[in-house]
Amino acid sequence: MSRLLEVKGLETRFFTQDGVVHAVNGISYTVDEGETLAIVGESGCGKSVSVMSLLRLIPQPPGKITGGEVWFGAGEARKNLITMPDEEMRQVRGNRIAMIFQDPMTSLNPVLTIGYQISEALMLHMGMNKEAARQRTAELLELVGIPHAADRLDDYPHQFSGGMRQRVMIAMGLSCNPQLLIADEPTTALDVTIQAQITDLVNRLRDEIGMAIIWITHDLGVVAGLADRVIVMYAGFIVEEAPVKDLYANPRHPYTIGLLGSLPRLDAERGHRLTSIEGLPPDLIDLPVGCPFYARCHYRIEHCATENPALEPVSPGHKVACWVDVRTATQGITA
Amino acid sequence: MWFPINRGLLQRRVGDVKAVDGISFDIIKGETLGLVGESGCGKSTTGRAILQLYKPTDGEVIYNGTDLTKLKSDEMRAMRREMQMIFQDPYASLNPRMTVGNIVGEPLEVHNIGTKAERLERVRELLAVVGLNPYFINRYPHEFSGGQRQRIGVARALAVNPSFIVCDEPISALDVSIQAQVINLLEDLQDQLGLTYLFIAHDLSVVRHISDRIAVMYLGKIMELADREELYRNPMHPYTQALLSAVPIPDPVIEEKRQRIILEGDVPSPVNPPLGCNFSTRCPKVMDVCHDREPAFRDYGEGHFVACWLYPQE
Repeated sequence: MSRLLEVKGLETRFFTQDGVVHAVNGISYTVDEGETLAIVGESGCGKSVSVMSLLRLIPQPPGKITGGEVWFGAGEARKNLITMPDEEMRQVRGNRIAMIFQDPMTSLNPVLTIGYQISEALMLHMGMNKEAARQRTAELLELVGIPHAADRLDDYPHQFSGGMRQRVMIAMGLSCNPQLLIADEPTTALDVTIQAQITDLVNRLRDEIGMAIIWITHDLGVVAGLADRVIVMYAGFIVEEAPVKDLYANPRHPYTIGLLGSLPRLDAERGHRLTSIEGLPPDLIDLPVGCPFYARCHYRIEHCATENPALEPVSPGHKVACWVDVRTATQGITA
Repeated sequence: MWFPINRGLLQRRVGDVKAVDGISFDIIKGETLGLVGESGCGKSTTGRAILQLYKPTDGEVIYNGTDLTKLKSDEMRAMRREMQMIFQDPYASLNPRMTVGNIVGEPLEVHNIGTKAERLERVRELLAVVGLNPYFINRYPHEFSGGQRQRIGVARALAVNPSFIVCDEPISALDVSIQAQVINLLEDLQDQLGLTYLFIAHDLSVVRHISDRIAVMYLGKIMELADREELYRNPMHPYTQALLSAVPIPDPVIEEKRQRIILEGDVPSPVNPPLGCNFSTRCPKVMDVCHDREPAFRDYGEGHFVACWLYPQE
């Protein structure tokens, strides 16, 4: 499969009254055509900001993309999104790269009909006339599993339930046959049975349509059944990247190990104690000099306090940013 | 627990939201009963109705032999020393204009426990118990992170030495690594103080982790109640089966092999619940009788209760 997206050294900062927030700190990764990449991390780790930066949706000011390149497309059509003129960028957004947001309650316009909100993109990007766009909209809603779709085009968002609204968002995202779909915590606001409906739907659509997906989430459970590869972010850095099975079977970064250990599992034994990660993530205004995870790490050595490790390959497809080999290290400092 | 719907100029009662509709269960001293269900199923209402924060429309809540629904308000207030609550949202459940010391000390003041100096000492002790530095006593809630605020909420609940605590989604607003901290804290406190919990959550893996027994709610009714292992190994109600299969397991190898039961549609409105079984509109194993009459909530051996027509009713 050929490369669709290449992010190189992306850096995003917010210049606020309290100081400079280092939200994304030089991250690099790639996405191939038809691949599902999951970006995992806790709130404030920079996962959403990093993909918002791809589409240049960062509010400026106070935000600014201060470095890096984002190459999108294959062969001749490959372009750097960061330096692209605004006019051209508008042709990419919603068209070749689509995004669905976390909260289906607030990301639809309450005063416009569902039908209008989807056909707007079709008329704008695909040059369809009103009739054709309306027909295509009904097809799309049918595709994402909304019953009697044609009759519901003139309904308003409040007439749909949360799960249905997220389906509408997905239909909207798919409307222009994007090559890349960015899903920012699309199931977080939903109940677990509805979450299963949505992940099932997205998996099916990916197989049918063949688009690539970047799925952002804090839930390592959802990722397991969904992604091909996983990136783990912490304090604006990528700390680990691995194929999905490799990551769960053989996590190499202490933070990833901590995250997996702190998940209550449905299939766990009685009396099994969670290994919580003590403390809190660092302040992004005042990042530590060394490894950002130093203060909470069980495996830390002296060197970690002075120099932040780079993301280095440890096996095919598996990269880790850590000075310590957790497989051989004894837990240096325990909590 | 029904909430009236009033409409029009005269605010006539036009219907009821049947938030919790005729449920019965016991909580045994020292255990954790998990109450799980999707949003709007009535699990929080149940918790609040038990503590008499809502006056139940009908039914009894018997605590240590006393029917709480019959108590006068001052008697109930005294009773609240025994039973406390931890709320879902640590951002909304702490008064932003009170210091941590005042927040945690307020229950002591309300119940006239100790002198001022003794109360201060008790607050320091409580902060230490929940893993906060007693030095923080004069700080305000905004100076704390979500996980720390939830610890303040726990300290406040513990202030009057209760024996029963309703935990209403105490970790859903927190990040994964912080969730584990709070779960471990609640477990430790239970061991040390012999507390009884009603643990309300929508996340079945969390509920299974912390509970001894689990009740599954759907649209105001308890569908199934069983020991945690039994419920996981042998879920009898089709809703429980679907719920268990929908919970993702953080292991790609297992996920690959799992067969999901995907439920169609959404939860019906509690204003106008379906005739017969409440789950009949979405049930993959629905039969004619399910649309007609409600199944009884029966014990099918060793305290495994189910309300479903799939199983013998006599």
